[in-house]
Amino acid sequence: MIETEQITKQLGRRTIVSDVSFRCEPGTVTGFLGPNGAGKTTTMRMLVGLSEPDSGEARILGGRYRDLPNPGRRVGILLDAAAQHAGRRGREALAISAKTIGVPAQRVDTLLELVGLDETAARRRVGQYSLGMRQRLGFAHALLGDPEVLILDEPANGLDPEGMRWMRGLLRGFANRGGTVLLSSHLLAEVEAVADRMMIIGGGRIQAQGTRAELLTESGTIVEAADLAGLDAALQRAGLATHPADGDRRLVEAEPEVVARAALAGGVVLHRLAPAEGAGLERLFFELTASGASAPSPTTDSIHPELTGATA
Amino acid sequence: MSTTTLAASTPAYGAGVHARPGLGRLAAVELRKIVDTRAGFWLQVATVAITALVVIVRLAVGGAADHTFASVLTVGALPAAALLPVAGILLVTSEWSQRTGMITFALVPVRSRVLGAKLIASVVLAIAMLAVSVGIIAAGVLVASPGVDGTWSDAGTLIAQSAVYLTSGMLVGVAFGMVVLASAPAIVALFTLPTAWGAVASLSLFADVAPWLDPGRALDPLLREVVSTTQWARAGTALALWMVLPLLIGTWRITRREVAA
Repeated sequence: MIETEQITKQLGRRTIVSDVSFRCEPGTVTGFLGPNGAGKTTTMRMLVGLSEPDSGEARILGGRYRDLPNPGRRVGILLDAAAQHAGRRGREALAISAKTIGVPAQRVDTLLELVGLDETAARRRVGQYSLGMRQRLGFAHALLGDPEVLILDEPANGLDPEGMRWMRGLLRGFANRGGTVLLSSHLLAEVEAVADRMMIIGGGRIQAQGTRAELLTESGTIVEAADLAGLDAALQRAGLATHPADGDRRLVEAEPEVVARAALAGGVVLHRLAPAEGAGLERLFFELTASGASAPSPTTDSIHPELTGATA
Repeated sequence: MSTTTLAASTPAYGAGVHARPGLGRLAAVELRKIVDTRAGFWLQVATVAITALVVIVRLAVGGAADHTFASVLTVGALPAAALLPVAGILLVTSEWSQRTGMITFALVPVRSRVLGAKLIASVVLAIAMLAVSVGIIAAGVLVASPGVDGTWSDAGTLIAQSAVYLTSGMLVGVAFGMVVLASAPAIVALFTLPTAWGAVASLSLFADVAPWLDPGRALDPLLREVVSTTQWARAGTALALWMVLPLLIGTWRITRREVAA
């Protein structure tokens, strides 16, 4: 269980996190989404006492993190996989944490095997690790104390597609056994496959939160035509709200049949007409976070398969 | 990656979930962190090797009569005296420069406990290094000047004084690391500030206070001679300025400061 109540953090005169309240329940995976610089990392650092909120309160497992007698045994943390001593061997980095929190040394080998770092990798110094290997070491570190809560900041960074699939399976299993997971990402595609709930943060504020279905209350239609100007005109005449989407497509806030009738009335030939599915969430993500300090440009790229049709 | 589930691979080790890690365990971890990195390991190896080299050179020059334990200790303790503070600095600053502080302070959120563990580990390392240095010096003296009168005079007292010298020197390093929180600037400050201070203190204006505050003049006698009460008092005042004050500032800083992102 993770709860925050109106936590706010300022750095100088800039407000990094403003009035953020949320709750992550046991048995669920919560995706914490937002562009880089939106306040995800700062929020997570406040959860684990590395940073103090100026106002508001963060609670983990019913109390303040710093009041947990041995937090490493109840809360697994991966805030930055690069935050390891470059001159320390991978196994040793885990071993000193295992000793700190009082778990047996064999647990280190179990975790190394679980995350797929073999004997050779475990003996190498962390400075020689690839980002993906550091991320795996970070997972091993987070799981070392067999925790009830996982707090992971951008854990998919540097993982290959196979590693991403593995991570999703791991988090799903962890939640299914009653664990609480909070993971952040700046990429919707990384979390929507595994998250039960999502929170979207932009400009330091929670812009939306809820289950995937709750966030997708408005569905839409993706439509594509050679005569884009004609299509726009036809949709406008029909009074349909339209948003530009990737690859000269349009996202229309209406059912496919309504869009088809509008196109017919305008005499426009459609190349493609399909329910938007994830595209609505994608657009929501961009719209909600566009006010953020460093929001990405509203055009989507190939990382988002919903709009490019890479996946069904 | 393994598809083994956690449940299947997790051994039973329920004890300790609600027990705060003891200070002794934390100190053992900090001691291990001094020597388990590449830089830390070779720093300790270098300290022992240079000590051996210095002792051999010292015993190779002059007659057997000069080779008392006391005279060899005066130079034989210097490598440890110079390099232990560097280990002390790195013990603190690596948490920031290598960013391991995010792990250390997340696992032990009460930061003063981490600092306490680091101080204990520093004292243990300084005493261990003293034991190694004394062992090398004693072995050298045994070989080079067997049976010379007064070879071992004052040995016990001088070893005790060296313990104070090396331990406080290491803690000065830890303190500088805690104040500066960056490896290179802390090491530069450690080696230049006392010298700069010595230059300023040599002005006649400071003639009265210099012996009490200049670390070189106040502390170096500990390695050379059996010190008087006044000399102890001078060592004490110099350590208050160079060790205790930065330790307090550093503790205040670390327990309040945000741990770097």
